[in-house]
Amino acid sequence: MKHSSKNEFLNGMRDTIPLLLGAFPFGLIYGALAVSSGLSAKAALAMSAFVFAGSAQFIAVGLIAAGAPILIIIVTTFVVNLRHLLYSAALLPELKKLSQSWRIVLAFFLTDETFAVSAGRYRLEDNSPYKHWYQLGSSIIMYLNWQFWCAAGLALGTQIPNAQAWGMDVAMIVTFIGMTIPYIRTKPMVVTVLVAGTVSLLTWQLPYKLGLITAAILGVLAGISTEKVISIKKYNMKRDYE
Amino acid sequence: MSSINEIILISGMVVVTFSIRYILLAFSDRFSLPETFEKKLRFVPPAVLTAIIVPAVLMPGGSWDISLQNAYLPSAVGAIIAGFIFPKKVLAASISTGLIVFVIVRFFL
Repeated sequence: MKHSSKNEFLNGMRDTIPLLLGAFPFGLIYGALAVSSGLSAKAALAMSAFVFAGSAQFIAVGLIAAGAPILIIIVTTFVVNLRHLLYSAALLPELKKLSQSWRIVLAFFLTDETFAVSAGRYRLEDNSPYKHWYQLGSSIIMYLNWQFWCAAGLALGTQIPNAQAWGMDVAMIVTFIGMTIPYIRTKPMVVTVLVAGTVSLLTWQLPYKLGLITAAILGVLAGISTEKVISIKKYNMKRDYE
Repeated sequence: MSSINEIILISGMVVVTFSIRYILLAFSDRFSLPETFEKKLRFVPPAVLTAIIVPAVLMPGGSWDISLQNAYLPSAVGAIIAGFIFPKKVLAASISTGLIVFVIVRFFL
């Protein structure tokens, strides 16, 4: 198939469609919770339009409802979104080829979902010069979907009482599971997942999602160490053989 | 919340979120990350996502719940199995299976 910016853009949109399914209930609950949190409808929409970070927005309206100070909410947003630093670092080898305006646009729209599908596209070893258009397509469809369902949640608002108790957030969980599985191919990756999962349970009670960050960092370190141990063993075996 | 406070809050969230997403890209012309660092970063997404998933599945209400009352559990197990069975369509398989199992356990059992 011939590569073109238009094809890449449309493929990026198409491949993101299954992920819209995971995001839509999340947007709907966010909108519904925002109404009851004391945030104005305008502000709730502005948050979706300009912050564009589902899990952080979700936690923010929870903190607003609980009467948390603004500074705490902003710090929590930082902690929850810190994983995006790592996503942008992972995409860096590809994105640093682009102009600053492209980088600004793609950075603004960077979410878990767009990262997952785009990283998959960048990994394919064809030499399409338009892979960033694929990421843009994924970004745009995620953005429109998110705006739409947040607005719908706001409009329905009080008509979805107890939205959280429905367990609609399960959609986000199964999406994240589908994103994690492709990584689990090597021993070090298995160790990463096991350590991150265990630590996340042990540190669950830390405030402001600090347990999540602790678990993620320890998981990464465990994976890196395992990889080192394996490569040292291989080196020794080779040496003994020779 | 007053509208001034709303503006402060949202501006703060925008600055923090966008900075995290953009800062490495902004300066990548002047600094380059060592290759081994980029390789190590491959461990980050699975670690972060697992740290979000595991407590959400095993402690949905904030405390341990390993029973069929907890529909998240069979839903997650279904998503994991389906994801490994269909390696080429992992996302679609995990999401659809996870949601179907969840609905069945939650609303029909």
